[in-house]
Amino acid sequence: MGRHGSMGLAVLALVALLIAIPAAAQEERLEIGISTNEIAITADFAGADLTVFGALDNADDLLLQLGRYDIVVALEGPARETVVRRKERVFGIWINRYSMRFAPAPASYSLSSTLPIDRITEEIELSGKAIGIEHIHLTPLGNVGDGSRVPEFRDALLRLREEDGIYQDEPLGVEFVSSSLFRATLRLPANIPVGEHRLRAFLFKNNEFVMERQLRLRVVKTGVEQFIFELAQNHSFVYGVLAVLLAMLTGWLGSLIFRRD
Amino acid sequence: MTIYLPIAELSVNVFIILGMGAAVGFLSGMFGVGGGFLITPLLIFYNIPPAVAVATGANQVVASSFSGALSHFRRGSLDVKLGLTLLAGGLAGVSVGIYLFTLLRQLGQLDLIISLLYVTFLSVVGGLMLVESINALRRAAANKPVSLRKPGQHNWVHRLPFKMRFKRSKIYLSVIPVIVLGFGVGVLTSIMGVGGGFIMVPAMIYLLRIPTNVVIGTSLFQIIFVTGFTTVVQATTNQSVDVFLAGLLMIAGVIGAQYGVRVGQQLRGEQLRALLAIIVLGVGVRMARDLIVTPDELYSIVTTGAGF
Repeated sequence: MGRHGSMGLAVLALVALLIAIPAAAQEERLEIGISTNEIAITADFAGADLTVFGALDNADDLLLQLGRYDIVVALEGPARETVVRRKERVFGIWINRYSMRFAPAPASYSLSSTLPIDRITEEIELSGKAIGIEHIHLTPLGNVGDGSRVPEFRDALLRLREEDGIYQDEPLGVEFVSSSLFRATLRLPANIPVGEHRLRAFLFKNNEFVMERQLRLRVVKTGVEQFIFELAQNHSFVYGVLAVLLAMLTGWLGSLIFRRD
Repeated sequence: MTIYLPIAELSVNVFIILGMGAAVGFLSGMFGVGGGFLITPLLIFYNIPPAVAVATGANQVVASSFSGALSHFRRGSLDVKLGLTLLAGGLAGVSVGIYLFTLLRQLGQLDLIISLLYVTFLSVVGGLMLVESINALRRAAANKPVSLRKPGQHNWVHRLPFKMRFKRSKIYLSVIPVIVLGFGVGVLTSIMGVGGGFIMVPAMIYLLRIPTNVVIGTSLFQIIFVTGFTTVVQATTNQSVDVFLAGLLMIAGVIGAQYGVRVGQQLRGEQLRALLAIIVLGVGVRMARDLIVTPDELYSIVTTGAGF
């Protein structure tokens, strides 16, 4: 912003000012924006990068220069229920033996931050605000006994989704392009679930949470894919009949083109 | 070149899918089978969710069996009355099968049952066929007459009541074994995504003593309806038919089948059966291995809502 304390004196004055001004007057504000609020999945969709631009208003220049502001941007997928199953050997055959059902939680998660999140703030703060893959709220449903197996299934779920790329983080993905403008790059996997996604941006100052911003982002299938998907979901009988007719047409054409008599 | 499958919800390589379709089409043209028992396991090996692989496999078999049945109809080697009797049992079997399919999916044991059924049927059918064809090859080598059927011989099947005359097949047979066979194959169709030709054809020849010339055409005829019905019911109850995937498989399959037929005509019957037996056994062994060998990953996750 306007003031640029390059000389020692000015810095001193600034520090004095900072101490003098009550915290309320120096309330930093975070603003974010994205170029589109809809991401289209086309036939050749192989993942994409989502760039989020943001501005830090009323930021303190000294703290900015010292890098005392941290930003975390996360894209949370639509909430879906998940069942985790564990295979066990029964009579020499591996079968799904135990399962645990988890209450709806983001089906995908991409995070980008200025620093690894455990260096930004306390564990308890991250957990409370569900920031980071490790802190996604996963609540088991139904009877879980004494709950001793919950961590095992929870860890398996997070690990499988991380291996799949559907949960991922980029610890240094947020960079300042000017003193108060920043750019966050989020990687969207090829298997990103369709639906309403929530973009959450968090501002931290001196390792303390300041504020959060949210934006909605829709991931949709387009063109033929969307048409087919919606037909299959909403008019499934018609879809089934069409699938059979398509097969019969192909078979008929095949026997016609390659007729051998 | 990758393509996004709207129902399977993943990106696949078009050429791998086309290659699979062509290879299976080639084999199905060569051996006169629908090829569903090969395409579904191949799709599962390629990480297509089993539920989608089964439903889409059934859809693909509609195309290959329709194409085959048309040419048999032109040649007159199709017994419509026998086909319709099989179909009565078949449609009932599919309805029961789809119910079981949905139930097993909810219990999380669908993949296991699909694999077990494949292992069992592929090993049994493959094994029997291999033994039979090796014996036939031996007899051929010793210049003895090769005959599959021993006409005039009757078994317990022919002592059952409710007999019916099937003119084109030139047989007089109880409807009970016909309907039971149709029912059994119908259940398998909906759970395994196969046409069931690889079970239907031997059963009709060895058990019901139906003349071989009408067996393949008639089996294909009833498979069209059973797989067609399966496709519609799977689409309605499980939304798991992927027409993109099925379309690619069908086109490649129909073309591959034509070349398969040509190669098949140059081989002798028992050589063909021995080859098919080896392929069937191979797929069975591969699936058995996956059940027995300790998996790399013990956990699996299923996200409910859309997709699997």
